[in-house]
Amino acid sequence: MSLRELTIHEAHRLLRQGEISSVELTQALLDRILAVDNEVKAYLCLMPESALEEAQQADAAIAAARREGRLQELHPLTGIPLAIKDIICVQGVPTTCGSRILEEFIPPFEATAVEKLWAARAVLLGKTNCDEFAMGSSTENSAYFATRNPWDLTRVPGGSSGGSAAAVAADECLGALGSDTGGSVRQPASLCGVVGLKPTYGRVSRYGLVAFASSLDQIGVLAKDVADAALLLGAIAGYDWRDSTSVDVPVPDYVAALDGEVRGLRVGVPREYFIEGMQPAVERAVRAAIEHLAGLGAEIVEVSLPHTEYALPVYYLIAPAEASANLARYDGVKYGYRVADAVDLDDATRRTRQLGFGAEVKRRIMLGTYALSAGYYDAYYLRAQRVRTLIKRDFDEAFARVEVIACPTSPTTAFRLGEKVDDPLQMYLSDVFTLSMNLAGICGISIPCGFDEEGLPVGLQIMGPAFGEEAVLRAAYAYERSTEWHKRRPPL
Amino acid sequence: MTLTLRDVEHIADLARLALTAEEKERFREQLSAILDYAASLQRLDISDIPPTATVLPLRNVMREDVARPSLPPEDVLANAPDTAEGCFRVRAILE
Repeated sequence: MSLRELTIHEAHRLLRQGEISSVELTQALLDRILAVDNEVKAYLCLMPESALEEAQQADAAIAAARREGRLQELHPLTGIPLAIKDIICVQGVPTTCGSRILEEFIPPFEATAVEKLWAARAVLLGKTNCDEFAMGSSTENSAYFATRNPWDLTRVPGGSSGGSAAAVAADECLGALGSDTGGSVRQPASLCGVVGLKPTYGRVSRYGLVAFASSLDQIGVLAKDVADAALLLGAIAGYDWRDSTSVDVPVPDYVAALDGEVRGLRVGVPREYFIEGMQPAVERAVRAAIEHLAGLGAEIVEVSLPHTEYALPVYYLIAPAEASANLARYDGVKYGYRVADAVDLDDATRRTRQLGFGAEVKRRIMLGTYALSAGYYDAYYLRAQRVRTLIKRDFDEAFARVEVIACPTSPTTAFRLGEKVDDPLQMYLSDVFTLSMNLAGICGISIPCGFDEEGLPVGLQIMGPAFGEEAVLRAAYAYERSTEWHKRRPPL
Repeated sequence: MTLTLRDVEHIADLARLALTAEEKERFREQLSAILDYAASLQRLDISDIPPTATVLPLRNVMREDVARPSLPPEDVLANAPDTAEGCFRVRAILE
């Protein structure tokens, strides 16, 4: 097996045994990026020199640990080359959020999740492409270029963390950070055939994650397998005084939850997640995966999430409303792009935003501003927040009966580039199975569970209650270790 | 829900967003379609349902009022399009 195909836990074992060095590993990934990224276009910004320096330092740390008999204490991410979605701030490295308005922005501070990766001595290869301010489901809304799906370069990788998902799928990094506001980690993971984990709201600090919709945003991880997702989550989770929405709950040993045992685990299957219009191959693969879990000894329980049909309209009022407030800060004064020829401050603000934002961002600012405006606030925003309570209650009731819920991640496999760009509602529908989880603040994962007739990956979504990551990872791991889907590689 | 061009102009004004005539017409159509879709929410009886302000079991988050170091001014200004004398510079607001 070539170095670039290693998982994080395999690479860690080889690094510890002295079989490989982080410099070799990092160079193998950089070579791979050079070979395929002109086609995949996963990276917005590459940092080869600093990555190799970090790899050298990691190798030195590993050598020191070996000399001093401390290899057991070595962090599993030491010397591991990773990628970070370009909406998470890395100090001194351009962070564009896929937007023209932040083209020149260089963060003067470090996101907490990134700080934790540095503390583990991970290696940063670069920043990955995304839909502008994470608004989109295909990564086509990036102001720079569209990322392509490694399984079929004429198709989208999903979004908004499409660059991170594609980079993992194409062996252009060993793992990556993304963000998930309505499915932006899980849906691209599904479409690219990798693992995508969205932690509970409050589980991972969002300090340094550029805000889109603050009651929904969460940093998540993209990985080649479930064990790697557990490792990455363990590294970035935890309370942070700089994010008052992070919760002071102890971080368990997520890897220890991977015992492969699901006998007696109650797995709910929500009837509302098997809808008319979903791709038959997706339904077949997901139903087969649920049968497979039953075969491993899980107890399959039919559950109902009766307000599921309202999640999409609720989300597309609440998320744009919050976005319209969060994006008010882009006024061309403190950072970012500013029009050159403004006649006064007001003209500068309006035209800076006109030229700095792309179509989807403007559409959502408009929609959110409308939902919050005088005369419409009660009918749209407040009503959506009330229906959100019903959606959350659906999950509370379901999780009183089952430990996890299994369903599709996305109603279709990867669609073609350009297919949905002119029809916002059609694009929004590709998140129909992922949005509810963000509205309820709970956690979940997408793992590969099959392929359609054209060889495109299908994702199984396993959802858990708030801070139920261990149950989710346990079920996902039991499925993964008894199947082979995650071992397939795209034909690149 | 069909928005008029005047509605669109009003929203754009609130959002401090300049739009071309073409953008206004496109957003008028697209926002109308999305709001139509959201009309399904009007069917639900939610008079007794409280809104979800946060999914967290938190009411408020307090901390000790301790001064901590903040970013040096030159770092804060480093990304600004225009600065002068340690401040952000903008077009004059008053004549």
